[in-house]
Amino acid sequence: MSEFIGMGGYGAYVWSAYAVFLIVLLADALTPLWQRRRTLRDLGARLRRDAARKAAS
Amino acid sequence: MNALTLWFHKFGSPPTFYRVAGRLLPWLYALALIAGAVGLYGGLVVAPTDYQQGDAFRMIYVHVPCAWMGLFAYAFMAANGFIALVWRIKLSETLAIASAPVGAAFTFITLVSGSLWGKPMWGTWWTWDPRLTSELVLLFLYLGVIGLYNAIEDVRQAARAAAFLALVGVVNLPIVHYSVVWWNTLHQSASVSLMGQSHISGSMLWPLLTLAFATHVYFFASVLARSRAALLSLESGKEWVREIALASTAHAERAHV
Repeated sequence: MSEFIGMGGYGAYVWSAYAVFLIVLLADALTPLWQRRRTLRDLGARLRRDAARKAAS
Repeated sequence: MNALTLWFHKFGSPPTFYRVAGRLLPWLYALALIAGAVGLYGGLVVAPTDYQQGDAFRMIYVHVPCAWMGLFAYAFMAANGFIALVWRIKLSETLAIASAPVGAAFTFITLVSGSLWGKPMWGTWWTWDPRLTSELVLLFLYLGVIGLYNAIEDVRQAARAAAFLALVGVVNLPIVHYSVVWWNTLHQSASVSLMGQSHISGSMLWPLLTLAFATHVYFFASVLARSRAALLSLESGKEWVREIALASTAHAERAHV
């Protein structure tokens, strides 16, 4: 196991490369999720505000 | 209109695209995840240690698929930019802009993993070598496309300007690809070839191809997800988006109660 983590002395380089790969792609995958959720939330709030204003007047 | 253009118009309409892409997405993510896990296992565990580079060669499984994707994403972005400029198809504008950050992410990983690989093998993190420099230019082109799109107020004008920049930047693609052939560089030449003989053994090659497949699938998943998010905000005045917004917030409110 420690042999696997050590990667023949190159462990720090190899694991850093894999970590960057996974972290950057994870961030890339989450971005559109947040974007979509924020757009829908903002739009939904605006639509309900408009509807409430219309009902009040 | 023949069946193909009819299909194209139907699928190209934002509400249909939004719905179909939404149905495809979980499958694409799952496929990318499974293929990626298999490829990483193959690369880290199954593939034998390289006789020259030891275990440092395992960085190939991150570096090379991402480098391929950096070029592929750019070609995809430029092709959609071309369609957007010539035929004024809105969806192509959205797809072109959506592929820029994904391509930039892959190019960024390529540069960082290359640097991490260069240190133990070449003795330096960075050198102004043709392959490395043209890859850095590729990243700047992506950032330029994203920046230009965000700098212009009118979204359609912004998309056309960004598409134009993307098209001009296509000249960099052959430079990246052939830099190792045209110039003397520190960077090694290609080990894997579509047409000729690959200079890599099968046990090392299959994880690489599996990861290349996984990153391609992931690229399309990410572009579809980004396009869906972009369409909601671009079409926020339209009825179909209103329905989705009201349905999703009503759902969220029920969840709160």
